[in-house]
Amino acid sequence: MMTSIFQATIEFLKAFWAPLLCGVAIVAVLPLIVGYIVLVERKLMADMQARLGPMRVGPHGLLQPIADAVKLLIKEDIIPDNADKLVFWLAPVLSVGAALLSLAGLAIGPAFQIAQDINIGILFVVGVSALGIFGIVLGGWASNSHYSLMGALRSSAQLVSYETAAGMAVVSALLFTGTLNIKSIVEAQSKEGIWFVMLAPVAFFTYLVASIAETNRAPFDLPEAESELVAGYMTEFSGFRWSLYFLAEYANMIVVASVATTLFLGGWLRPFSKVHELPGFHLLNLLDFVPVLLTVAIGVYCLQRTPKQPTRVQQTFMLAVAGLCFVLGLLLLAPVVVPIAIPFYAGIHGGFWFILKVSLYIYFFMWLRFTIPRYRFDQLMRLGWHFLIPLSIVNVLLVGVALIAGSYWNLHGWGLLLVTTPAAIVTLIVAFLILAMEKGRGAPQGQTAASDFYAG
Amino acid sequence: MLDKVLFYFFALIAVASSVLMVTRRNVVHSAIFLITALLATAGIFLQLRAEFLFIVQIILYVGGIMVLFVFVIMLVNLDVALQQIQFARQKWVALFVALALAGQVGLMFWTSGKMPGQGLPVLTAAAAAKLPLNSETVARSLFESYLLPFEIASVLLLVAMIGAVVMAKKRA
Repeated sequence: MMTSIFQATIEFLKAFWAPLLCGVAIVAVLPLIVGYIVLVERKLMADMQARLGPMRVGPHGLLQPIADAVKLLIKEDIIPDNADKLVFWLAPVLSVGAALLSLAGLAIGPAFQIAQDINIGILFVVGVSALGIFGIVLGGWASNSHYSLMGALRSSAQLVSYETAAGMAVVSALLFTGTLNIKSIVEAQSKEGIWFVMLAPVAFFTYLVASIAETNRAPFDLPEAESELVAGYMTEFSGFRWSLYFLAEYANMIVVASVATTLFLGGWLRPFSKVHELPGFHLLNLLDFVPVLLTVAIGVYCLQRTPKQPTRVQQTFMLAVAGLCFVLGLLLLAPVVVPIAIPFYAGIHGGFWFILKVSLYIYFFMWLRFTIPRYRFDQLMRLGWHFLIPLSIVNVLLVGVALIAGSYWNLHGWGLLLVTTPAAIVTLIVAFLILAMEKGRGAPQGQTAASDFYAG
Repeated sequence: MLDKVLFYFFALIAVASSVLMVTRRNVVHSAIFLITALLATAGIFLQLRAEFLFIVQIILYVGGIMVLFVFVIMLVNLDVALQQIQFARQKWVALFVALALAGQVGLMFWTSGKMPGQGLPVLTAAAAAKLPLNSETVARSLFESYLLPFEIASVLLLVAMIGAVVMAKKRA
């Protein structure tokens, strides 16, 4: 029995060593990436509020995430007396586990995908990342605190409501591809030469709103609304456990951004990627130099700022960042210029474009957070059930009709816009009808007992 | 070999967590073990190369139904519910049904292979590379071979859903 298990393990390792290594790399690097996303968020918030943000640790606060991580690790870990200890221990782990597992299905460029070529691709990512809700709900319950429980209840109600809309949006993008495999979805966009955000703009909008709600981000961050619920489901968590929840939240942001990028924004494809395959010189192919120029510009800026840093350590760190940028630039330049490196073009530049799109999506989240005030819970529910879900169902229907019409007239690529644009316009008219009906129903006739309960 | 190890791993988890689910006093713990059992069953589906069934099990049962279960459990006041008499008054009926089911399954195992055309069918495993794409096959059988039953089932579910909404509205 033991030997057979041992043999099976060896067999497994032999077959899957490469994806396993990638998985370990992701688990190791993700906390760092999340730390820097948090830093960017704080810097952005500071910029929008005319402040400087973190400036103390490292040049322009560049080492702040590491200081924060150390602080969180050595903080006292408190478990409330009447908490359900086992569930309290399990809950943050569940949240992080689900978020990390769903990252396995994503493809960052054609070469880098951990679980390669799974038939259910996008469903795996969406379904597994939705399991993180159990971490929130169980954590809120196990803390044995009213604020935590209320945050957990809000969170699960919110997730269940918005998952329908998000699912419908995913379906209307999948109608164009006829496959769930992530690689094939991106390849379909490459073949059509058009991103699905052009073909299904309403579905993209629906997914955008629903994904903000699903990741509990402002303006829908009611589960952790600090002005009403202290910190919602995280109230009783401290130190490392709390940072696990934080990690899960940001990992989930990366997941939804990646799903949106894959489905609607062309995944790892460059803008006008079809031009790249054409023979001869083409002006649009100069786009290949954009990544190089971008990294080199950042490097030069860092070099220029180096003498202005106050201490020796900060100067060295700034120099190191500049050097890193130049190395990255060289790496991005090689597949365009050096003939031997051309086969690696798709892998390297694909990774760049994918990460750029994901970052822009996350930037949009942050922008929204600092711009729009928080919704009330009944407003959130009304937006989900009365507006987004009907709209997304109508959109799926109309996109289907448009596709049938498209195949009837044998339309492809940009030609498909001829049928999908009317469909989008009709969907928008429906949306305004729904809004008018909502207005006609008048202002909320007082909150019901249930919504009072969630509102605390 | 790997398949066998995986099967027994998931089967063990499924059986153990089902037993734990029935025996726990705390409802939330029961729910957690039910989730584990469902996930382990999903693992067995995956081991059988039924990817679509695997993810549907996770999305529908774990991600949908169980979230609602836990939600409702949290709305109910647990301390009060524990003190009330539970409706477990069907011990003997349950025992009888369980024994009958066990007998049936046992009979099937016992007769398998002894009589032609009866008992467990013996299936030969196809190579994983040869299998047709899973979700496409499911879609084809649902929307081509069994379209009418599928549509009837959907209408039935829709009727049940609307009925639930109407009943909930009447009270308010």
